[in-house]
Amino acid sequence: MASKLPNQLRALYASTTRHRLLSPRFPNLNEVFRDLLLGSNGRLFSDAPSPPQVSFSPSTPVPPPSGPNTSAPSSLNQKELVEFFASAETWWDSEGPFRPLHAMNPTRLAFIRSTLCRHFGRDPCSPRAFEGLKFVDVGWCGGILSEPLARMGATVTGVDAVEKNIKIARLHADLDPLTSTIEYCCTTAEKLVEEQRNFDAVISLEVIEHVADPAEFCKSLAALTVANGATVISTINRSMRAYATAIVAAEYILHWLPKGTHQWSSFLTSDELVLILQRASISVKEMAGFAYNPLTGRWSLSDDISVNFIAYGTKTTSE
Amino acid sequence: MEEVKGRQVTTLYLLPQKGKLPVADRQLIERKIAENVYRLKAPKKNLCTDTTAKVPSSNPGQPGQVHQHDIAIVGGGMVGMALACSLASMLLTKHLSVAIIDSNPALFNGVGVKKEGTPDPRVSTVTPATISFFKDIGAWKYVEDNRHAYFDKMQVWDYTGLGYTRYNARDVNKDVLGCVVENRVLHSSLLSCIQSTDFPKTIYPSKLMTLHQNSSSMGVGSTSSASPSCERGHPVKLDLSDGSSLCAKLVVGADGSKSRVRELAGFKTTGWNYSQSAIICTVEHSVENHCAWQRFLPAGPIALLPVGDNFSNIVWTMNPKEAADRKVMNEGDFLKDVNYALDYGYGPHPRSSTLGNGGIFSWLKPDVTLSANESFEVPPKVVKLASERMAFPLSLMHANNYASKHVVLIGDAAHTVHPLAGQGVNLGFGDASSLSRVIAEGIAVGTDIGEVSLLKKYEAERKLENIAMMAVLDGIQKAYSVDFGPLNILRAAAFHGANYISPLKRSIISYASGEQRLPIFS
Repeated sequence: MASKLPNQLRALYASTTRHRLLSPRFPNLNEVFRDLLLGSNGRLFSDAPSPPQVSFSPSTPVPPPSGPNTSAPSSLNQKELVEFFASAETWWDSEGPFRPLHAMNPTRLAFIRSTLCRHFGRDPCSPRAFEGLKFVDVGWCGGILSEPLARMGATVTGVDAVEKNIKIARLHADLDPLTSTIEYCCTTAEKLVEEQRNFDAVISLEVIEHVADPAEFCKSLAALTVANGATVISTINRSMRAYATAIVAAEYILHWLPKGTHQWSSFLTSDELVLILQRASISVKEMAGFAYNPLTGRWSLSDDISVNFIAYGTKTTSE
Repeated sequence: MEEVKGRQVTTLYLLPQKGKLPVADRQLIERKIAENVYRLKAPKKNLCTDTTAKVPSSNPGQPGQVHQHDIAIVGGGMVGMALACSLASMLLTKHLSVAIIDSNPALFNGVGVKKEGTPDPRVSTVTPATISFFKDIGAWKYVEDNRHAYFDKMQVWDYTGLGYTRYNARDVNKDVLGCVVENRVLHSSLLSCIQSTDFPKTIYPSKLMTLHQNSSSMGVGSTSSASPSCERGHPVKLDLSDGSSLCAKLVVGADGSKSRVRELAGFKTTGWNYSQSAIICTVEHSVENHCAWQRFLPAGPIALLPVGDNFSNIVWTMNPKEAADRKVMNEGDFLKDVNYALDYGYGPHPRSSTLGNGGIFSWLKPDVTLSANESFEVPPKVVKLASERMAFPLSLMHANNYASKHVVLIGDAAHTVHPLAGQGVNLGFGDASSLSRVIAEGIAVGTDIGEVSLLKKYEAERKLENIAMMAVLDGIQKAYSVDFGPLNILRAAAFHGANYISPLKRSIISYASGEQRLPIFS
């Protein structure tokens, strides 16, 4: 299973190179995937102490696109289909290479559920608490977050700049009628703002640490939120503990993530996040951290925001 | 087989791939592609939409129609019905469409239990933890309407006469140690409870034949190409003996120790047969009995449990040959044997302690429990046999896993234990309570209820507790199966210790009552 990952990610990256033009605001996201595919060979793309705003340099070496990729994004090439299904199975396998993400998912959803039910005045004991609300999931989680939100009754739009992720998410979502109503768009947050889309809640988990300009990204997220809507962002704190756990332990020791997935310098501290959200007219109401219990292998919500943390804010209507 | 065309297409595509894919992956890919191709090529089929089975006991058994449900509970016994009631009682799960598959006609007809008459010999001792579970789901009030017997005292001793232990509910500041209820009363109470709600359940009076997950078959026989398949999102198809089929997201195996679900889903088990059988029957006394008695004899323990009025239930474990003999011997001889076993047979009575005479434990006097001061009592004499005698072989069994994709086991399907502490069905009710809570937590955060990671949470919780209890019971069973001088003295010391060391006694009572989850860490 571990050997499949570089192959899939190589094919994945190959499809992303063509979409560089579509996603000028997410250069670091492509870098991430390149890191993912090259990192396992030992080469690290890492200018460790570089400032967060690294512009994408076209001169960095890039492997040529491989694989029989289709020209039209919507056609169903059988061989591609086989690859996608293989990727989807790995992605969605809760015991597979994305195990830490699957383990963390219920905890993140518990926070989202409790804060958003309180915000929108919904009954948390109802199985479809978010009925009638429009949510957007900005990120590269392949639908891992979008599907549970759809099962909770929300009308979900999933946004990802990488075409392949969207296809995989679409295929998996179509397996269950409850989740097949999710709208997946291969686009960016900025493009959605240009289309003047609005959502009751904008959720972007584990994305902002991979973005070139976090302040601009937050402004886009805020623009997507309706007045008095909610924004939920999760990321990793820029602290020494985070360096020890999220980078050293997770990438080098436990091999939960490929080496080079995260750059410590692009992490935001919780104060910085609150500040840039404030500047984007979102006031942060609640923050919680995620704690991992190595004995049970489960994540839980905690007050400790020094490593992984999640913030919920509401859009102020002053501007 | 359905979707043969789809399968042939995929095999051609898979051959030129670099290297051989592992079988499991290949099957997964085949399955997904077959689904996709089928969906693309086949015209939209109007699959059966008769999902809202809000009317209880509707007759669904029609071949050709495939009903869609969220959960299929295979086995409508005490534990299966307890799970259904628990799901019906929680806000997060009461909307789930549940199918209960059991060919027992009582389920379908909803027959009540006669309140008079002699008690049935099949009884269970429910612990206080189970009683509070029943109260939570709203079924205990139906039990109290029928015959039931609370008891607050228990006496345990053995044939050597070297020691005894008396337990009293007041040692742990409670009113009861447990309640003895006939199985049919428990079952009909659960049935009444669920009939009184508008929970969308459907009862299928049939037996499970095969289980199919997506398009890979796991059972004997195969579906014909003409049978309709499941809608999206309901990946498991169950074929029943009357020809009907249904689809579900999650299959719960609550079908007892010879579970068909466990067999079809390929769960491996560990266990061994005890070379013992148990005889059960109902007997009558001339006075009321309010205490539970258990005496360990050389061949196995004999237990006398109060059932209500002047009746008691006997559970007598012995080797299989003696069990066969005792089952058919005439009543008078059998009653004589029973009284002999409970009284002076096989050995003397233990010497009862007078006040403060705890021997080496007398320094614990200030903390001594109420029951430590009670003297040894002889159980009430049995005067009449009130029911037929039944015999069952005993064994220990534990499934190595309780959960796999879309399938989970609860109750006797997952584990069976020796009856010497009356814990068997209580473990099953604990499973039902835990599973329903895990399902509710999953639905709260939008998880698909058939996902393995959710079901493994239930397994992790219950496996530890079940194995701990099984270890304790098996240990006791083995300790009492040997008649060896030094071991007898050790057992006597254990009796004394349990009787006079109050913290130990309280711990034993808490653990046996289900209030304490693990034997060591309180």
